[in-house]
Amino acid sequence: MTATRSEYCVIACAEAWRDAGEILASPMGLIPSVGARLARLTFSPDLLLTDGEALLVRPDGTPEGWLPYRRHLTLVTGGRRHVMMGASQIDRYGNQNISCIGDWARPKRQLLGVRGAPVNTLNNPTSYWVPRHSRRVFVEKVDMVCGVGYDHADGARHHRIPRVVSDLGVFDFATPDHSMRLASVHPGVTVAQVREATGFDLVVPDEVPYTREPTERELRLIREVIDPQNARSREVDA
Amino acid sequence: MSDKTMTADEVVSRLHSGMTLGIGGWGSRRKPMALLRALLRSPVTDLTIVSYGGPDVGMLAAAGRVRKLVTAFVTLDSIPLEPHYRAAREAGAFELMEIDEAMFMWGLHAAANRLPFLPVRAGIGSDVMRVNPGLRTVTSPYDDQETFVAMPALGMDAALVHVNRADRLGNGQYLGPDPYFDDLFCEAADAAYVSCERIVDTAELTKEAPPQSLLLKRHSVTGVVEAPGGAHFTSCVPDYGRDEAVQREYATTPWPEFAARYLGGGLHDRDPE
Repeated sequence: MTATRSEYCVIACAEAWRDAGEILASPMGLIPSVGARLARLTFSPDLLLTDGEALLVRPDGTPEGWLPYRRHLTLVTGGRRHVMMGASQIDRYGNQNISCIGDWARPKRQLLGVRGAPVNTLNNPTSYWVPRHSRRVFVEKVDMVCGVGYDHADGARHHRIPRVVSDLGVFDFATPDHSMRLASVHPGVTVAQVREATGFDLVVPDEVPYTREPTERELRLIREVIDPQNARSREVDA
Repeated sequence: MSDKTMTADEVVSRLHSGMTLGIGGWGSRRKPMALLRALLRSPVTDLTIVSYGGPDVGMLAAAGRVRKLVTAFVTLDSIPLEPHYRAAREAGAFELMEIDEAMFMWGLHAAANRLPFLPVRAGIGSDVMRVNPGLRTVTSPYDDQETFVAMPALGMDAALVHVNRADRLGNGQYLGPDPYFDDLFCEAADAAYVSCERIVDTAELTKEAPPQSLLLKRHSVTGVVEAPGGAHFTSCVPDYGRDEAVQREYATTPWPEFAARYLGGGLHDRDPE
């Protein structure tokens, strides 16, 4: 079986929760949700998942706990959680914006607002998912820091951005000054393509590996159990 | 014991222009829409709104009633971006205090506990501090010496919330999976008005639901309004889900047209503008 681009994205997202232990996986968006459920069904069986509302549920939907927003916020602050958020803009140090584009006082484009990005980034590991990698998203400087990046995180003892996943590859901050590094490209993507779509100088190692292949079992779980309607392909061009 | 039942219009008669008004629910979920419709039919304006924002914020913004908004987001949930809120923000129509979801919650807790602030880790390092120059920090007096945002109390003149059931005294019950923050809104406000799907006898409240579903206690409730469908078009599970068709209509119809339809036609007669 040959994996599609959206399936490599699912694998790359799932890997964010490898060895995470007994914590809450909070995926925002479809591909991260498929990834979190895949991780739960394979290599991270102790993960907690929600129904997207107020219940903690097993992969088959059976409720196993109650997590209304007020308790969710306590869990965030307690740190036993790894969230994968979206990003309208993200910069080289991992500052993320979902609030607005342009001048905050009178934005060109009003978006969601900061939501829980500040509390997430200061309290539990926060990764990001970007379905359309472009210079409009990967910018030199975000217009509004919602999710806190490494250059704003001095003294923030619980701050960590494990990875950024896009439709082109996987990125991390494993560099001396925590600037963004290309960790892998998805098969079919070139390093030049990633550079071209990124609005800042990305750290690119001499050898860039490909995002790993899904196993036969993982592909079966994605295609037959978790996302049989193939909604994932609508979020990412195959 | 006092019967607190009143009509939505009686609630609105107790509200004034310039007030700070808290609105319960979350996004497009269990918003006190019947009370809001009554508010929108009144001339009350120049409001400071405190809300986990949904169509409540969008409607008040579209009608030009907002002087200042305190929020972490505004969304219709199934439609991520609230079109009327967007338009108002992009026109610079009102002042905004944009804070994180947790900062917002601790602001409510501080007010409910009559504390001037509560320390919260969220906000440090983010532009929430830049766009709210009035926010102060506080350093732990203990060995860790960590610096926190001193989230100021979000006190309110009045709060509007909607729940599934209530008795005539103001004991309010939620039957869905999430209480949101409605109890905190009531406790953080000088006056709190609760609409409900159905007013029942006190004994009915615990007949089919456990006592922990009794979210609102009567000492923090000023008035009770029976308003079946009173959260429509937002969700009010288990009584009903969100009316996606009407929400779509709301999101795609010019406000004056939608308002004429949705508010029963009286809007323009009574609007001071």
